[in-house]
Amino acid sequence: MRVFYTWLCIFVTTFAAAAGDVYVALAMRRIGDLGELRRRQGIASVIARVSTSGALFAGIFFMAIAFFTNLVGLSWADLSLLGPASAALTFAANAAGGKFFLHENVDRRRWIATAFVCAGVLLLARS
Amino acid sequence: MTFRKYLVILAVLLSGSTGDAFLSRGMSQIGPIDVHHLGHLLTALTNPWVLIGIACLLAFMASYMTALSFADLTYVLPATAFGYVNMVAIAHFWLGEHISLTRWAGVGLIVLGVGVVAGGPARTPDRPEEGEAASTAKEANACSPDASGERA
Repeated sequence: MRVFYTWLCIFVTTFAAAAGDVYVALAMRRIGDLGELRRRQGIASVIARVSTSGALFAGIFFMAIAFFTNLVGLSWADLSLLGPASAALTFAANAAGGKFFLHENVDRRRWIATAFVCAGVLLLARS
Repeated sequence: MTFRKYLVILAVLLSGSTGDAFLSRGMSQIGPIDVHHLGHLLTALTNPWVLIGIACLLAFMASYMTALSFADLTYVLPATAFGYVNMVAIAHFWLGEHISLTRWAGVGLIVLGVGVVAGGPARTPDRPEEGEAASTAKEANACSPDASGERA
């Protein structure tokens, strides 16, 4: 049963983390380069834009779910299993999210990089 | 990509992996949390290691948002995967853990993946939403008589 809960945590963490990443990326794309914005309009404008972004708060909400699910998972399983497993799945989910929801140019180079990182993370998980 | 932007990516990978290590240490002190008593999670927030981990993750969040403001999600994530290499390095050189050949192979693959993505463009061009702030600033400058006076 403990193994079941651990993997349930990994899948919930993966879904919530990927949704959070996609929402935060969407928000930051809409806001624009924070460095440029600060230079042009000042730090107050940066804070105003960031704190009124609905997509950003949706992203933070999903990231909070991922964080607490991860905490629960860490109390049942080792970081060496939970961290890499959820990270590898999140990398793959984010590549798909970037392509289909954010319409990013996920070219062959980025797919290869994602595959290398996923494989590397899974190898790290093997003790 | 400017030097400042590479520093932001570096901050993402360092704060994330360090925060995870602190959280892991804190949660291992607290012990298993019963699924029927999830309220006990709140007691984790009194553990100093968990609090330091949360502080690191707040720094991670700030630098991560900054990175996403100038680069694609599918660029930032593989680029910051170098944090796992940092985690293995901490385990080996600071905690004295033995790292097997399999794990070193994993580190090698991650480094390879980071190298592959770092050689490409950070941002997908020609998106209507991109640079909304910059275009707003340009419009404001164009409408401002002071700004046109400065240009003249």
